[in-house]
Amino acid sequence: MSVELNSKSPAGPLSDKWENYKADVKLVNPNNKRKFKVIVVGTGLAGASAAATLAELGYQVDAFTFHDSPRRAHSIAAQGGINAAKNYQGDGDSVHRLFYDTIKGGDFRARESNVHRLAEVSVNIIDQMVAQGVPFAREYGGLLDNRSFGGAQVSRTFYARGQTGQQLLLGAYQQLARQIGLGGVRLFNRTELVDVVTIEGRAAGIVVRDLMTGEITSHSAHAVVLATGGYGNVFFLSTNAMACNVTAAWRAHRKGAYFANPCYTQIHPTCIPQSDEFQSKLTLMSESLRNDGRVWVPKNPDETRPVDQIPEEDRDYYLERLYPSYGNLAPRDISSRAAKRAVDRGQGVGPLKNGVYLDFSDAINRLGKNVVEERYGNLFEMYERIAGENPYDVPMRIYPASHYTMGGLWVDYELMTTIPGLYAAGEANFSDHGANRLGASALMQGLADGYFVLPYTIGNYLAPMLNKPIPGVDHPEFKAAESAARERFNGYLNVKGTRSPDWFHREVGKIIWDYCGMERTQQGLEKALSELPALYDEFKKDLRVTGNGESLNQTLEKAGRVDDFFQLGMLMCRDALDRNESCGGHFRAEYQTDEGEALRDDDNFCNVFAWEWTGDPMSAKRNIEELNYETVHLATRSYK
Amino acid sequence: MSNHLKDITLKIWRQSGPNDAGHFESYKVDEISDEASFLEMLDYLNERLINEGQEAIVFDHDCREGICGTCSLMINGQAHGPERATASCQLHMRKFKSGDSITIEPWRARAFPIVKDLMVDRSAFDRIIESGGFITSPTGGAPDANLIPIPKPVSDAAMDAAQCIGCGACVAACPNGAANLFTSAKIAHLNLLPQGQAERFRRVEAMVETMDEYFGSCTNHGECEAACPKEISIDVIALANADYRKAKIKNRKQLARN
Amino acid sequence: MAQVLHGRGPVTATATTTRKRRPFLLDLYSTAVGKKYAMAITGIGLMGFVLFHMIGNLKMYFGASDLDHYAEFLKKLLYPLAPKGTVLWILRGGLIAMAVIHIHAAISLTRLNRTARPVRYQSERDYQVANFASRSMRWTGVTVFLFLVWHLLDLTFGVTNTVGADGEFIRANVYDNVVRSLDRWPVAAFYILANIALGIHLFHGVWSLFQSMGWNNPRFNKWRQAFATGFATVVVVGNVSFPIAVLAGVVGG
Repeated sequence: MSVELNSKSPAGPLSDKWENYKADVKLVNPNNKRKFKVIVVGTGLAGASAAATLAELGYQVDAFTFHDSPRRAHSIAAQGGINAAKNYQGDGDSVHRLFYDTIKGGDFRARESNVHRLAEVSVNIIDQMVAQGVPFAREYGGLLDNRSFGGAQVSRTFYARGQTGQQLLLGAYQQLARQIGLGGVRLFNRTELVDVVTIEGRAAGIVVRDLMTGEITSHSAHAVVLATGGYGNVFFLSTNAMACNVTAAWRAHRKGAYFANPCYTQIHPTCIPQSDEFQSKLTLMSESLRNDGRVWVPKNPDETRPVDQIPEEDRDYYLERLYPSYGNLAPRDISSRAAKRAVDRGQGVGPLKNGVYLDFSDAINRLGKNVVEERYGNLFEMYERIAGENPYDVPMRIYPASHYTMGGLWVDYELMTTIPGLYAAGEANFSDHGANRLGASALMQGLADGYFVLPYTIGNYLAPMLNKPIPGVDHPEFKAAESAARERFNGYLNVKGTRSPDWFHREVGKIIWDYCGMERTQQGLEKALSELPALYDEFKKDLRVTGNGESLNQTLEKAGRVDDFFQLGMLMCRDALDRNESCGGHFRAEYQTDEGEALRDDDNFCNVFAWEWTGDPMSAKRNIEELNYETVHLATRSYK
Repeated sequence: MSNHLKDITLKIWRQSGPNDAGHFESYKVDEISDEASFLEMLDYLNERLINEGQEAIVFDHDCREGICGTCSLMINGQAHGPERATASCQLHMRKFKSGDSITIEPWRARAFPIVKDLMVDRSAFDRIIESGGFITSPTGGAPDANLIPIPKPVSDAAMDAAQCIGCGACVAACPNGAANLFTSAKIAHLNLLPQGQAERFRRVEAMVETMDEYFGSCTNHGECEAACPKEISIDVIALANADYRKAKIKNRKQLARN
Repeated sequence: MAQVLHGRGPVTATATTTRKRRPFLLDLYSTAVGKKYAMAITGIGLMGFVLFHMIGNLKMYFGASDLDHYAEFLKKLLYPLAPKGTVLWILRGGLIAMAVIHIHAAISLTRLNRTARPVRYQSERDYQVANFASRSMRWTGVTVFLFLVWHLLDLTFGVTNTVGADGEFIRANVYDNVVRSLDRWPVAAFYILANIALGIHLFHGVWSLFQSMGWNNPRFNKWRQAFATGFATVVVVGNVSFPIAVLAGVVGG
C-alpha cells in the first residue's frame, strides 16, 4: 500500500557515492544562478550557512528568522564541540570510523549513504570555520586541540571552550551578514513561517507573519529550504530555547512532506533538575562533567541525613555498579534511564526528590580544587547561579531532560523532502543520526548540510527550471494559504476561553514526557493517544489569547506553536506505539534485554517510518523506507 | 531549601508601540519561589495577566542560558540587573528579598527603538557586523585548518573577545549610549587572528564608521565592562582605537580608497 | 518621542555605503573615535602646559626677582635668534589652538551622546564603575575654562586684579600681581576650587587618553591609572600651594 520512498542514494561503493553524485550532478551556469531565487527559513547553523553559500554562488536568497537577529538561533547554545575525521591526533581516526561510530551511535537506524557523506565533509567544515576566524582551542604549539566525547574511542572533537556552538554560529552568521551587506541575501527578521505553499506539486513559496505588525504576506521562490530546528519543546520542559518550535516543519508536513521517526528524541542525562512548577526550561550542564563527577543516590529512599553525613556504604553509585567498564561515562540514553529508575524508586535527591547527585568530592580530593576549577570552573559557576548551591561543597543535582530530536522531515540523499523543491536541513530533517545522536555531531550535521550538501543538490533541482518564472504571490494557492493563516490566528484570538497557551503547552508536555519520554510502553502510549485529542479539543474551546493580532503579541505566537505541538505530539505517540522495538532514544519497556538494555528488532524495524498527512494526525498514513546496510554489519550496542 | 519571597512590587515599563508614549505600571507579585529565575517571575505574572484578561508584558528572551543574548532588561537601573556577569535570564529571585520593589525598563538608545513594552530593536548591531565583522572566506576555498599555527595566547585572547553575545547591555549601560564595546569585541576577535589580517584595516574602518551612524561616543567610563554578561574587557576598545588610528594613518595608501 | 524602527523588512546593501571623501585630517576628525584622538592629543599638550606652568610658578618660593626673571625668560625664548616674544606667542598660539580643538571636540561629542539617547532612562540609574570624575568631565572642564578666562583677566590683563603701589597694573611685576591677587580670600578660594576641578578632570582625562589612543598593553596597563592619579596630584598640590602660601604669608609676607 505504502508509497515507495526513493532515497536517491547514488550508485557505487559507499565511499564513492558522494564523488559519483558530484560528478553527475546538473550544474547551473554562474551567470544563470542569479535568475533563481531560493528561500531559506531559519538562520541557525544550517540555515545561515546555506543562505550565505547559496548567495556566494550567485543565487538570490531570501532568508527568514523569527528572531531579531540570525545570531540568536539556538545552535548558539551547544557547548561541547564538533566532530570531524581530521585525525590530527593520529589516534586511528578516519572518515570510515566517524561514519561507523555515527551509525552505531544511532543504533543502526540511519541511512548509510547520508552518514558517510557527513563524515566525508566533516573535515571541510573545520577548514572552513577556521578560515572564518572561529577561535577553536589550540595547543601551545599553535595547532588545533581535540577532546574525546561519548561513544567514540578517538579524540576528534574540536571545541571553543564551552561555547563551540556559539562560535560556530557566529562564524556562519558573519558569513551571512557579509552577504546581507553585499545584497546577496535579503534578511527578514522577526518574521515567522506560517505556511508552505505548493503549486502543481512543487514547493512554490511560503506564507509568513510579520511578528511586529501581524501582517501576513507571501514569498515565492524556485526552491525553499527549511532549516528550522527540532521539536524538543513538545515536552514543554527541555533544554531548547523558549521559541524553538515545530511549526515550519509541521506546516510543510501538512502540505505533503513526510515526517520521519518523530519518536526518536534524545534525552540528555546531565541537566539541572526542575526546581518549581513555574520552571520554564531546563539547563544542560556539559556532559564532560561526567569525566570527573561520580553519580550516586542514597540507598535508602527515606534518607533524611544531610548529604555530607551519608556514609559511603549507604550510597548507591549505580552507574559504576551496573556498567563497570564505562561507569559514569555510559552513553546518554543508558545513563538517563538509570537516573530515571533511581528517581522512580524514590531514591531521588533534592527538595523535590527529582534528581541524582553528581559528586565531585573525590575529584577534588584527588586532583585538588584548583584542577577541578580549571576544568569546570565556568560550569560550576553556572550551576551555582541557577541552583544556588556551591558544587565545590555540595554535590550537584542532575536529571535527564529532552535535548535533541533525531526525527524530522523525511529527506532523500539530496536533502529534499517528499515535496519537490522543498529541502530540510539541520535538526529539522531526520537523516543522519538514526535513533540516537552522538555528542558533538549536531553542529557537524547542521554545517555539513548548509555548507557542503545543499549548495550542490539544489543546483541539480534548479538546473532544468532555467527561465521558468516563479509563480506570483497573487496565485490563488498563495491567497488561499494567506487567508487560512489569517483565519487561524484570528481563531486563536476569538476562542476567548480561560486558559493561556502556556498552560496548554505545559499540559501537553506532561503527557508526552510521561508516556513518550525516556521510557515508553504500549499502555502508556495508548493512554497518551486517548488523552491528547481530548486536551486538544479543550485547547480549541478554552484557549485564551489576550491582546490583538495587529501588534507584537507573544501570546498569539505561542498559541500557534502549541497548536502544532499538539498535532506533532499525537504523531510522536503513534510512531512510538508502532515501533515495537527499542532502539537508541526510543526505549519501549516491553522490548529490553534481561539486563534492561534496548532490544532492537532488525528483522522488522530496520527501517524508517515516514508519516504522511491525511488531515488528522491520529490517522496519519505510515510509509516505510527500508534501510539497506551494504557496508555495516548490524550489531548490538554494548557499553558494559 | 526553597523559600518564597513575598510582596514583590514590580514597576514595569509598558509601551504599546514604537511611537506611543509609555508609562510605568505597578504590579504586585504576592509570592514567588526564590528558585525562580527573574524571567520565570515575569512568565508567572504574564500568566496571571492573561487569566485576568489583560495583555501580557512583552519582553525579549529565548535560550535562558545566558548565551543567545536575546534578553534585555534594565533592572533597578542596572543592565541585566544586580548580579555580576549574568544576563537577565540567569538572574534568580534569590538575589532579591521579600517586600522589594523592582523597576524594569527597556534598553534605551536612539539605535535601540522600543518595539513594545520591554522589547527593543537591536538591528543596528547587525548593520555593524554586516559592514565588516567577518572574514571574507567563501565556502569551499579554505586551506587545511592546521596550516596556520596560532599561538595559544593569541587564540585565547581572540576567544575572550569573541564571547560577546550581542545583547546590547554595553549600550544600555553606557551613559553615552555608545557601542564601542560591542564593535571593538568583534574587531579584536578578528583582528587578533592571522586569518583576519588581510581585511584588518578595512574592517576596523568600516565597522567604526558604521557604528558612528547609530551610537554615541566612548568616554571611557567603563560601565559597559561592568554590565557585560561575558565580562569583556574594555581593553578591546583600546585595541580597536589603535587599529582605527593605524588604518587611518599608516595604511591610508594601501587601503586604495576611492 | 517619535522613534523610527530600522532594519525592518528586507535588509540589504548596508555594507557598501561609501563615505564622502574628505581631506585626511577632517576625515579623521569626522568620526567619534577621531574626535577622541583629537581630545587625547590636545589633552597631552595641555597637560604639558599645566605641568610646566606649575613648575615655573614654583619660582615664587625663591622670591620676586626669580619669578619675574622667569617671566622675562619666557619672553626671551630663543632670543636673539627670534625676536623677543615670538616663540612665546607661537607657544601661546599652539595652546589656544589645542584648547579650541579640545573644547570643540568635547562639545560635539556631548551633542552626539545626547542624541544617542534621546529618551533618558525613566527610572534611576545605578552606576557601577562610572565615577564622579568620569561623569563630571564636562563640568570640571567648564570650571577650568572659566577659571582660565578669569585667570588671564586677573594676572595677564590685570582687569580683575587690584592696582599696585604705583597706581597701575604692571604686567611684568608678576610676583606682586600674584601676591595682591591671591591675598583676597574669595579669589584664593576660587583658585583652589578651580584647581581641584582641574585635578578631577586630569584624574579621568589622563587615564582616558591612553584608552582613546589605543595605548593599551598588559605591561603598563596597571600604571595608567596610577600615572593619572600621580600627575593630577602633583599639578593640584603645586598649584594649590600658591594661594595657601600667599594667605599664610609664606609668599609676599
